[in-house]
Amino acid sequence: MKAGVITFPGSNCDDDCRYSLEKSAGFEVQSIWHKESYLPPELDLIVLPGGFSYGDYLRTGAMAAVSPIMAAVKEYAEKGGLVLGICNGFQILCEAGLLPGALVKNQSYGFVCRDVVLEIASSNPWTQPLTQGTFLSLPVAHGEGRYVIEPPQCQELEEKGQILFRYKENINGSTQQIAGITNRGKNVCGMMPHPERASDLRSHDGLKIWNAIGAILRERK
Amino acid sequence: MSHLVPDLQVSTSQMAKGLGLSGEEFEWIEKKLGRKPNFAELGIFSAMFSEHCSYKSSRKYLKRFPTQGKRVLQGPGENAGILDIGGGWAVAFKMESHNHPSFIEPHQGAATGVGGILRDIFTMGARPIALMDSLCFGSPKNDKTASLVKGVVKGIGDYGNSVGVPTVAGQTFFHACYNQNPLVNAFALGIVKKDEIFKGYASGIGNCLVYAGAKTGRDGVHGATMSSKEFSSDEELERPTVQVGDPFTEKLVLEATLEVMRAGLIVGIQDMGAAGLTSSSFEMAARANTGLEIDLDKVPTREKSMSAYELLLSESQERMLLVCTPEKLSRVQDIYAKWDLHAEQIGVVTVGHSVRMSKDGKQVVDLPVEVVTEPPRAERTMMAPSDLKQRWFIDRNRLLSGSIESKFDRHMEAFNFANPTSLVEQFDSMVGNRTEGGTFDDAAVLRLRDIPEKPMRIAMTVDGNPRVTWLWPLEGGKRAVAEAAINLALKGVDPIGITDCLNFASPENPEVMWQFSETIEGISLACEALGLPVISGNVSFYNETDGKPIYPSPMIGMVGISEGRSKLAHTQFHSTALELALIGSPEGGLGGSLFCSQWLQRDCGQPEETDLKSIIRMLNFLSKLRSKRFDYSCHDISDGGLIHSVLEMAFFSRFDCIGAEISIPQETDVDGFLFGESIPRIVLGFDSAEATEVEMLANQAGVKFTPIGIVNDKGTFVLKQGGAKVLEKQMAHLKESWNNRWRCFF
Repeated sequence: MKAGVITFPGSNCDDDCRYSLEKSAGFEVQSIWHKESYLPPELDLIVLPGGFSYGDYLRTGAMAAVSPIMAAVKEYAEKGGLVLGICNGFQILCEAGLLPGALVKNQSYGFVCRDVVLEIASSNPWTQPLTQGTFLSLPVAHGEGRYVIEPPQCQELEEKGQILFRYKENINGSTQQIAGITNRGKNVCGMMPHPERASDLRSHDGLKIWNAIGAILRERK
Repeated sequence: MSHLVPDLQVSTSQMAKGLGLSGEEFEWIEKKLGRKPNFAELGIFSAMFSEHCSYKSSRKYLKRFPTQGKRVLQGPGENAGILDIGGGWAVAFKMESHNHPSFIEPHQGAATGVGGILRDIFTMGARPIALMDSLCFGSPKNDKTASLVKGVVKGIGDYGNSVGVPTVAGQTFFHACYNQNPLVNAFALGIVKKDEIFKGYASGIGNCLVYAGAKTGRDGVHGATMSSKEFSSDEELERPTVQVGDPFTEKLVLEATLEVMRAGLIVGIQDMGAAGLTSSSFEMAARANTGLEIDLDKVPTREKSMSAYELLLSESQERMLLVCTPEKLSRVQDIYAKWDLHAEQIGVVTVGHSVRMSKDGKQVVDLPVEVVTEPPRAERTMMAPSDLKQRWFIDRNRLLSGSIESKFDRHMEAFNFANPTSLVEQFDSMVGNRTEGGTFDDAAVLRLRDIPEKPMRIAMTVDGNPRVTWLWPLEGGKRAVAEAAINLALKGVDPIGITDCLNFASPENPEVMWQFSETIEGISLACEALGLPVISGNVSFYNETDGKPIYPSPMIGMVGISEGRSKLAHTQFHSTALELALIGSPEGGLGGSLFCSQWLQRDCGQPEETDLKSIIRMLNFLSKLRSKRFDYSCHDISDGGLIHSVLEMAFFSRFDCIGAEISIPQETDVDGFLFGESIPRIVLGFDSAEATEVEMLANQAGVKFTPIGIVNDKGTFVLKQGGAKVLEKQMAHLKESWNNRWRCFF
């Protein structure tokens, strides 16, 4: 399995993602610089890591979303390739139009870093074999993680099984406590929690996400 | 305003005075140069002779510190100290104050404090992996306190979170002596391969002097001088001297700089911190015993028509000065350009020992390096405070009056006894994927995932007790070091060295100088006894406003390591069925305790002297305990005594039903047992099956073992004396007030 981790200026979880994907998930990892126009060949997964790309200036993720590499990421996603955005990566995917909705300042207006309990919202390839109603514990660390979306679109997410998990306690004011979603094709996924921080340290629930991705890839091959 | 004076105008002693230089210093400069300095040069002297840059009052005393040791790769004098941790790797760490800027503008002041200390670390070639902070604020009743707390915490978070360096531990202390002068001390630690360490040397005649990073603006002009004088309350006027931080640029500078280092492209490097381009250029030339020629017109600026004076004294953030050979210059520039940053050659390394600078084709600065970097020392007089003995007076009658319950209730109201979660959660404590625990308690523990062949842990803590130091500076210094060592040992690591931040009032006050010198003696005695070198540090004087001095506040940052990654000891109670023992003296000294301050409404009493031999015995005990591999919870007893320690262990446990029952040992002073703070004393919780073994280990190590009660699932806190219940409280009620105490800020 081969994963590409993109580094934008201001990304700061890129190294953590590389480490975790290599050591805990068994991926071969290739670093990708945001100024590149092409992706390396034969990638099974692209990860947009957390951090503060472009210092969160303008809007979180807004400037990274128009980086040269993002055109290639869109093309990769349109062809069905797996794309995972974590934290700032989720924000970038929303800004790039690859995922619906937007992430805005937490309701508390403060940054929050803690382990949170997440409830699996649907049976989804990104969390398989976990079933609806089971729980995961993963860390979050964000100041702008409040997921907002219009009610009709939200209903659509719900009906199509695109909601991955919800915060058990609504830490940031997200619509319907949503913490992670996928696109309609379920090949693009965005989540505020950090699985890479919980795969061999703290909890091991991050591994469950890596294992689910491994399972998707095995099914495809 | 000063910047309207032309650079080349010959200065007068009046102008010198206006920039904080004394008449004697101005005469000394004139004698050394054989002429009067021009205005730009005067600016250089005013910054470099400031207390902040020159250590003119403190240097003599700092020599007392033990700085040698088999692990020491770099002691004080560089941007950060470095210790060998084995396996070809080393850690660089340092702590620094940003007190004055944080009072004027809390958010930017604290943010740039974090930025500055991070640059000190990566300047040495080390990748920063952890931050800590020590924060002292005024009384919560003071009008300014809430906004200062909010601003400082937000500033630290915004900067550290964005750069991606976790804030893993810290301490927060509220006291009225900081009403007009909060303390913001930031600690950073980085890791580096032993053969990839860089230093601040401008070596190699003909080499290029390169300016890299953010452009220069007018912000922070004269920050170093500002930090070296007392405040008056009209601090508004000082606002332009506070720097503005940009963590995004810092992150880019960090990555680009480590990249040019790893590519082997540079000879020496220093960040532009206090006194900006001035201190970095002169200090790099001084270390390498070389000269420099600098063309100030080449300095990238973001404002028009800046004078030489302003360019030299700007403290714009996120800037580095580095030296490389001419053939490597273009590769250095390419790497910075990759990260969208400037890297401009602004000068060359020359023979001789002078720094010459030109602006608009005219020479504006020509100064011998040593005249600037070796200012005359300020001889300060010292005197013990005349009221020291009165401070030691304790009103015994009042101490004897009152029931256990009334004392307990008052003790619970202490503002410093609070759940720090609402503050700590604003910091990303996990980025970097190394943080194993300890973020809320005695010491933070990180795994070093960077050395695959050698599993290791590193732990760090910051400690200081200003109340004890005010009452007895020698003991305050000793206790800060000893307590830090115990905090690390509780986490199963061996301490290897310290850094310090010495926050004091005006050195022109003989009583302050006495406090300073005594504190250093105390720190040194403890470090010698425990075999710990002081490898870096910072002195912050003039922490007073309108003549109101702060308490002497030495803050110690201590680092420890352990081989392997065995199971971590718990701080919180890990079960609802435990036996509790007190390790160390059953009675703690009350002098300088939080209890005295709460019950007698006055900071008072002579703190009990710390016996350093007993500290070593306690460290041995903890190290033996660790090798036993059974589960236990342990927490030290310090601020707040045994009562606060036991309650913290209960409050942090994951059991809602947790309860504790404590029996006051016979023939023991009740207040000393419950509230005493002398060290070393530890609360230990363990399974009853292990009791005999724990007691045996204590006996072997020569530390006292006293059974004091049990942990249960009854949800109450009970005190017993002679078998009879003397106090019973609902744990949930106690916890609620502890939880809510600092909520008022956020």
